[in-house]
Amino acid sequence: MAGYKPVAIQTYPVLGEKITQDTLYWNNYKTPVQIKEFGAVSKVDFSPQPPYNYAVTASSRIHIYGRYSQEPIKTFSRFKDTAYCATFRQDGRLLVAGSEDGGVQLFDITGRAPLRQFEGHTKAVHTVDFTADKYHVVSGADDYTVKLWDIPNSKEILTFREHSDYVRCGCASKLNPDLFVTGSYDHTLKMFDARTNKSVISVEHGQPVESVLLFPSGGLLVSAGGRYVKIWDILKGGQLLVSLKNHHKTVTCLYLSSSGQRLLSGSLDRKVKIYSTTSYKVVHSFDYAASILSLALAHDDETIVVGMTNGILSVKHRKSEAKKDSLPRRRRPAYRTFIKGKNYMRQRDDILINRPSKKHLELYDRDLKNFRVSKALDRVLEPTCTIKTPEITVSIIKELNRRGVLANALAGRDEKEISRVLNFLIRNLSQPRFAPVLINAAEIIIDIYLPVIGQSPVVDKKFLLLQGLVEKEIDYQRELLETLGMMDMLFATMTRKESTSVLQHASDGFLENKKVES
Amino acid sequence: MVAEESVRVVRCGGSELNFRRAVFSADSKYIFCVSGDFVKVHSTATEECVHILQGHRNLVTGIQLNPHNHLQLYSCSFDGTIKLWDYVDGILIKTFVVGHKLHALFTVTCAEDSVFVIINKGKQDIFQLVSVKLPKSSSQEIEAKELSCVLDYINQSPKCIAFGNEVCAAVRDFYLSVYFFKKKTTSRFTLSSSRNKKHAKNNFTCVACHPKEDCIATGHKDGKIRLWRNFDDDKKYTYTCLHWHHDMVMDLAFSVTGTSLLSGGRESVLVEWRDATEKNKEFLPRLGATIEHISVSPAGDLFCTSHSDNKIIVIHRNLEASAVIQGLVKDSNIFTGLMVDPRTKALVLNGKPGHLQFYSLQHDKQLYNLDIIQQEYINDYGLIQIELTKAAFGCYGNWLATVEQRQEKETELELQMKLWMYNKKTQGFVLNTKVNMPHEDHITALCFCNAEKSETPTLVTASKDGHFKVWILTDDSDIYKKAVAWTCDFVGSYHKYQATNCCFSEDGSLLAVSFEEIVTIWDSETWELKCTFCQRAGKIRHLCFGRLTCSKYLLGATENGILCCWNLLSCALEWSTKLNVRVMEPDPNSENIAAVSQSSVGSDLFVFKPSEPRPLYIQKNISREEVQWGVFVPRDVPESFTSEAYQWLNRSQFYFLTKSQSLLTFSTKSPEEKLTPTSKQLLAEESLPTTPFYFILGKHREKQDEKINKAFESELVQLPLTENIPAISELLHTPAHVLPSASLLCSKFVNSLLLSKETKSDEETLEDTDTEEEKESDDSDEENDFTEKILDTNNTDLGEDLLYQLSKSEEKELRKFRKVDYSWITAL
Repeated sequence: MAGYKPVAIQTYPVLGEKITQDTLYWNNYKTPVQIKEFGAVSKVDFSPQPPYNYAVTASSRIHIYGRYSQEPIKTFSRFKDTAYCATFRQDGRLLVAGSEDGGVQLFDITGRAPLRQFEGHTKAVHTVDFTADKYHVVSGADDYTVKLWDIPNSKEILTFREHSDYVRCGCASKLNPDLFVTGSYDHTLKMFDARTNKSVISVEHGQPVESVLLFPSGGLLVSAGGRYVKIWDILKGGQLLVSLKNHHKTVTCLYLSSSGQRLLSGSLDRKVKIYSTTSYKVVHSFDYAASILSLALAHDDETIVVGMTNGILSVKHRKSEAKKDSLPRRRRPAYRTFIKGKNYMRQRDDILINRPSKKHLELYDRDLKNFRVSKALDRVLEPTCTIKTPEITVSIIKELNRRGVLANALAGRDEKEISRVLNFLIRNLSQPRFAPVLINAAEIIIDIYLPVIGQSPVVDKKFLLLQGLVEKEIDYQRELLETLGMMDMLFATMTRKESTSVLQHASDGFLENKKVES
Repeated sequence: MVAEESVRVVRCGGSELNFRRAVFSADSKYIFCVSGDFVKVHSTATEECVHILQGHRNLVTGIQLNPHNHLQLYSCSFDGTIKLWDYVDGILIKTFVVGHKLHALFTVTCAEDSVFVIINKGKQDIFQLVSVKLPKSSSQEIEAKELSCVLDYINQSPKCIAFGNEVCAAVRDFYLSVYFFKKKTTSRFTLSSSRNKKHAKNNFTCVACHPKEDCIATGHKDGKIRLWRNFDDDKKYTYTCLHWHHDMVMDLAFSVTGTSLLSGGRESVLVEWRDATEKNKEFLPRLGATIEHISVSPAGDLFCTSHSDNKIIVIHRNLEASAVIQGLVKDSNIFTGLMVDPRTKALVLNGKPGHLQFYSLQHDKQLYNLDIIQQEYINDYGLIQIELTKAAFGCYGNWLATVEQRQEKETELELQMKLWMYNKKTQGFVLNTKVNMPHEDHITALCFCNAEKSETPTLVTASKDGHFKVWILTDDSDIYKKAVAWTCDFVGSYHKYQATNCCFSEDGSLLAVSFEEIVTIWDSETWELKCTFCQRAGKIRHLCFGRLTCSKYLLGATENGILCCWNLLSCALEWSTKLNVRVMEPDPNSENIAAVSQSSVGSDLFVFKPSEPRPLYIQKNISREEVQWGVFVPRDVPESFTSEAYQWLNRSQFYFLTKSQSLLTFSTKSPEEKLTPTSKQLLAEESLPTTPFYFILGKHREKQDEKINKAFESELVQLPLTENIPAISELLHTPAHVLPSASLLCSKFVNSLLLSKETKSDEETLEDTDTEEEKESDDSDEENDFTEKILDTNNTDLGEDLLYQLSKSEEKELRKFRKVDYSWITAL
């Protein structure tokens, strides 16, 4: 009384990279646009306001690019020496940058000349940022100091001399105008409060800190230095939450995706890794041609911009959701016809009569249910099925064999139909996962069509091809067996010699092994 | 407890329900089926077993309703008796002793006080249909020796005999014999083609007679159905052919009116032929297994089919299955052995093809079927099916491992291992992991590590390919989903010998794997080979560790008939004995181990502790056949046998399965005591189906009851309120035009307003209403009883109750009036 049970389609594990939502999401970008800059790209920063232009700091210039333009729409080139860390203000109208000579310059993005120049650092300023109240600038320099500047009267407000090495990265809190974090080559991260004149939290990273990042909530702090990316819990007074070691070389830049769910890190090992911020597992990674120095994502992850040591800027745009169905679609019943009566509440006196739900069956299952075996086989031998899902075809052949009707289904075919079957066999016979089923089918075909062989040149050619394939496979298997035998012998000698404590031969054995395998 | 009574081997349920045709009661409320030595009465509406009619000493072979009293049932048995039962109360009325082994029973309306039975006379293969005159006598046990032969040389199966009006038809091999009761002659029809064609499978398989017309339907081995007419003339007889079945027709039945013919066979499709034409047919497909018998209820509203998988399906007239009565499935070979589901304590073994059945031993009822193979079952002769060969429960029933295989040729083995997880929400097993080709050759053994402390579930499989594999449950979850799956953790082998058995010690620290003649012990932490035992006494057939205080012992039984016991501490043989062990099962609740040995005369049971080579208990000759499987089932309530020999039965019960698949056990109780159904009192009336009609009536009745109950409650507690006195409320609520005259009512009304001295009167009224309701259910007797009662009261009106009594009878009458019209009024 049970219904028809559909044919169990054998599933095979997909080898290689697993397809997850993340791989789909992060692979959905167009091929990168490469832009050549004058020197290593040390910083990329997106304007937080539309049209989401981005500032690229390379050598002694700052280029501002539009969303799709490959030419800079604006250039700031009035630096005597290398410029560093061009950063937009929250409203996207001001830009601040440090430079090798120790100056910090503030630009209006419409103007050309600097609006303000903050002089005070004695050495190169590698990091600058606006505080949350928009009126102050924080800068860190190679003279081990961190300074806070007032924009209106271009005065230095505070100086922190707590670091004992170059200050190379920093980040201001987005919520609190008085808080900012700096990382230094003295392996420490320090959080400063402008209301006091000393650091409030100091944590030991363990390596020279290359990049710091505060989560939008301000609760978590991410630092990159050496091969490590470390997450710190600020609210617990700077407790280490996770330490990630997924890169082979120094991690140079960090960025948070716009949703806050994914953390990106770029490294000198030419990889960008994407982590989930809930589990801190790597969910995806990108490869680039050169060591990565800077990384930024546009609003809504629309664009990924990566700056590299060889001065190339790689810009990847998200693929727009294609509107493919331009054809007028067949008019279907309205949505409400399908949900009609679904939300009807059962009254007390009502008797519920369930209509048996109709089980959807595949076409081949419908044929098999009605014992139309040849037709079922025809269906799965359609080119769309054989190429895309050969496992369905094989499963159906197996099922027919189980029912004892495979010979019936294969018999009585004309030239075109039999060549279709043979094509499938030629393509898939040598695959180990399909071989047991298909060899059986091939034998049956040869048995059936042996009397009529030689009548059609097309089919004869296919048979010869199949023969060649089988011979090749036999040779291949023989070779494999030979190799296996050799390896067995080697292993046997190896274990014996090991017992007599001659270890050198063992390594020789391994080397030979590798040769044999290659 | 009756400890002194001796332990006997008893059959415990699981008997064939499909042995003979099931019979419906006249009102189609009950269905009767044979079940071993008993007759079972099931309700057709609820499938529940209402009564078990027990009394026969051997297999019941036939049941028929008494044609002269439809509340009585005849049954016959191999013990040579015909018994008459009152099936409503489950009482044996009479026993007729015939003396011969009775193979089938038939009753005919026209034949006064005689029934027909098939008996075996003289030779093995010669059967006779005889009529037995049942003498009328008041005694319980009557000899019925008056036999007269009707037909000779017939088939023993009752399917090959049919009674129509004034004729009796019997088929055997290639001919049909028809006996005419009036003429007292027999004519014989042979199929003409049967001799000409060599391969024609024209053998008759079954026969049915049309209830009204002169028409006989016969089923044949090649799937044809022939309808014979004009058979009263030896020359002019004709037949027509109906052909749909592609295999043997197993049974035929005409509907009560004779307008349609039902047939069934291997295809598991019930075919209804309307008007006996080939075009007009209806099907009820997918009945699950070969249809063995078809029967029709005398009322004509129900059919039922008995199937080879020990199941009876009750089918509605419009070909809709309405109820399934399922016993222990005995169709297939048992590969998995007997297991006990740790959760339900049900016996688990192979069931329907590709299924595992969970069978409740207490209720002799199948709990459910678990579909393991999950593929369409094609029932065709000579087809190699996928077989469920191994199964094991692990981790307190949380996991189930199954192995299925199909081997068409020597080299083409398809193996699949499935692991099922118990889902608490759905209360069933859900497929978790599927492993294709877990080994390269047949899997010989499968066992879970059932230690309490083990943190990861572990499974070991041993195979003929010389390896044993350890599978562990691993966490397969990532950030997208949570999942657990089984993966192979270790592959072990020993000199390329075939691995034949595997077994974990009780604490899970050691794994014993036998490789042909050698037993290897592995550490389950590191999977290191610890030691080997070899006795050179043949391949190891069974392997098990001792339990509890005997956990330092390992037992092995070899094919050459040696039982060895090794001490794991000294790594030496403790003792060995010559015993051809077929089944060796450890008791999960004690140190005892049961071994069943096989010899030429029969099977013997030995129960022993591994620590001492002397057995605790020996029972010789437990069964004449080979015992295939055995299992200890823990008891719900421990017994307390004091005698030392029976102490092994205290906490578990030993069940075993013989080669002919009868399930046996040991018991000291009498079978009547043992098999008392828990639901004997359950009546069909209480569990009526919920039809719309029921809702209308039932609700109405409920309301009434509630009202009455409420009334009584309040009356019992406090002074009677005027509204609560039934007489008054009746007077007030009954429509005026149906009330009797006021003069009749007056005295009653006044009486009812008087305060009675005791509350007893209330109880009396309660009783009274009860009796009245009972009476009303039996319409025919009501009138008489009623008048009698009035007479009674008139005679005994000496006491002070006179007035009251009078009022009572009147009240009754009044209520009757009210009842008559009540529904009519509400309908308006």
